[in-house]
Amino acid sequence: MSELIIQTDGLKKYYILGSETVRALRGVNIEINSGEFVSIMGPSGSGKSTLMNLIGCLDTPTEGQYWLNGIQVSDLSDDDLARIRNQEIGFVFQTFNLLPRATALHNVELPLIYAGVGAKERRQRAKEKLELVKLGDRMDHRPPELSGGQRQRVAVARALINNPALLLADEPTGNLDSVTGEEMMAVLVDLNNSGQTIVLVTHEKDIAAYSKRQIHLHDGIVSKDFLHDKAGVQA
Amino acid sequence: MLIKEILRVALTAIRANVLRSFLTTLGIIIGVSAVIAMVALGEGAQRRIEEQISKMGTNVLTIRAGQRHWGGVATGETEDLTVEDAEALRDRSGGTLSISPELSSRVQLAYLRWNSNNQVRGVWPEYFGMYNLNIEHGEMFDQGHVQGRRRVAILGSAVAEELGTTGSLLVGNKIQIRGQPFEVLGVLEEKGDAGWFRPDDEVFIPTSTAQFRVFGGRRRLSSIYAQVSSTNAMDAAFADIDRILRREHKVRPGDNADFSIRNASDLIGAFTATTQTFTMLLAGIAAISLIVGGIGIMNIMLVSVTERTREIGIRKALGATKKAILFQFLIEALVLCFMGGILGVIVGVGGAEVLSRIANWDTVVVPEAVLTALGFSAGIGLFFGIWPAQRAAKLNPIDALRYE
Ligand SMILES: Nc1ncnc2c1ncn2[C@@H]1O[C@H](COP(=O)(O)OP(=O)(O)O)[C@@H](O)[C@H]1O
Ligand SMILES: [Mg+2]
Repeated sequence: MSELIIQTDGLKKYYILGSETVRALRGVNIEINSGEFVSIMGPSGSGKSTLMNLIGCLDTPTEGQYWLNGIQVSDLSDDDLARIRNQEIGFVFQTFNLLPRATALHNVELPLIYAGVGAKERRQRAKEKLELVKLGDRMDHRPPELSGGQRQRVAVARALINNPALLLADEPTGNLDSVTGEEMMAVLVDLNNSGQTIVLVTHEKDIAAYSKRQIHLHDGIVSKDFLHDKAGVQA
Repeated sequence: MLIKEILRVALTAIRANVLRSFLTTLGIIIGVSAVIAMVALGEGAQRRIEEQISKMGTNVLTIRAGQRHWGGVATGETEDLTVEDAEALRDRSGGTLSISPELSSRVQLAYLRWNSNNQVRGVWPEYFGMYNLNIEHGEMFDQGHVQGRRRVAILGSAVAEELGTTGSLLVGNKIQIRGQPFEVLGVLEEKGDAGWFRPDDEVFIPTSTAQFRVFGGRRRLSSIYAQVSSTNAMDAAFADIDRILRREHKVRPGDNADFSIRNASDLIGAFTATTQTFTMLLAGIAAISLIVGGIGIMNIMLVSVTERTREIGIRKALGATKKAILFQFLIEALVLCFMGGILGVIVGVGGAEVLSRIANWDTVVVPEAVLTALGFSAGIGLFFGIWPAQRAAKLNPIDALRYE
């Protein structure tokens, strides 16, 4: 149950803007086991998204190590990273990042296309995931024809399509109203209850309360890391 | 299945911007159609020349007057070719050559109240054999007519009609050639259009008659024709003619001859070289427009990559490899070029057809040119598409996702 899925050692990420260096992450050490539901919290600019992008293999660290499922990610080639993003990681973004001209179904199918899955199986699996997020009746709609909450659920279905080891969500409720946001969190809680490892970025206490553990970032460094109860109070 | 998605995306992108795509491919369309039409024109001209030459008989040598030389320097004057030269060739070649001088000019013909302006050639009877001109009605003139400077004429098959009558009726009657009465001895069989040599429209009279009765004592011949018994004997005949005429014209050995001897295939060669140069030139210009078209494709692909940076980011985040993105944009460029190529083929083949109808210009669409032009346009798609595609493929996923 509790095998190590994420392990980082002194992760640093610097951005060089002209003569100025932005130290977005200044040495982050975290360990996350499979089955966990973790919130990464912190004020705006504290490096939450930067950390998420490193964990999601969308970006590479300036310094430090990162093991995903025991594999040293910094050793991998671009193609291997693409395969990991495709197979091991499901990413949900604050701004949804759906293809506007493709139907919900096609958007959900997309990772399977790059995984080389045949058209028939692709359709079948995409339908199942859309039904799981209760969008079975919106499959042929394009993102502009869907509400924010529906779009984010399409994005969740897409993130889950390859049954990833890790579901990452960067402020998934940031563009949703509070009711829709709570619905979204209910979906994530359900997923976690059925064993899905989830790492969530948020700056809202209420949202973090849905998870089981909080990691607080401050100026690119972990300031707090604790398990909490349903009210978000440290155990 | 990835290739299907790639094609689908390419077609969607092209369809999403139909007008832009069309304008982009316009360069390719024009280039491909121009190449095809130009080569079709050139090929048409080429075939026509070959056809004409084959009708003319390839074992006939044409002797023309050249420049007089004085101590190795061209004087600018031309030495005349005369009937005496022709006679010398006939008499001293040992019977291996069939010779006819030719004196020709356009002249007014009249019959009753009809008038016509035609080429009149003063020739010997041997002339008809050289060009396979056969009598349909009446008979040929012979050496006797030549010696007697007789006013007799052989008409091409179409001349009678131009004079408002028919060949069979005209035989035995008199027509006016430059105001003088000529008896029509015979009418030739139809020969068909043979380019610059159109015997159907021409009138043939004895050389002597032409010289003294029609052209007012003109000595200077247009040419002398010499038919060689076989194509194999061509080189020997060439040497014979050169030797005989040099003696006639008193050209010193080593000096340049003041006449030229050419055979039909020289003529074909000269014409072929000209049309080929011309075709290459036109096709080259067309090819340049293809390259310009390619630059247009590259430009629009760069725009497309920029516009779709976010899409590239999304696809990469979901597991698209560099190669998948590279192919996506490369194939889009290829599809664009290929569509342009196909449209270009249609326009080019259609244009060649229209040209041949309207301008009455022979065109032959060459399949190789079509394939080459299509291949070339695909190659241009590859060549000019690779750079934008590489730019797309190299994008870092997170930078692409952040792009506004
Ligand atoms: N691509 C980038 N280029 C330059 N600076 C960046 C870039 N991405 C993030 N930053 C900077 O890094 C810091 C952390 O950003 P981020 O991880 O997005 O914070 P958070 O998500 O916690 O609000 C901020 O100061 C931000 O301006
Ligand atoms: Mg952020």
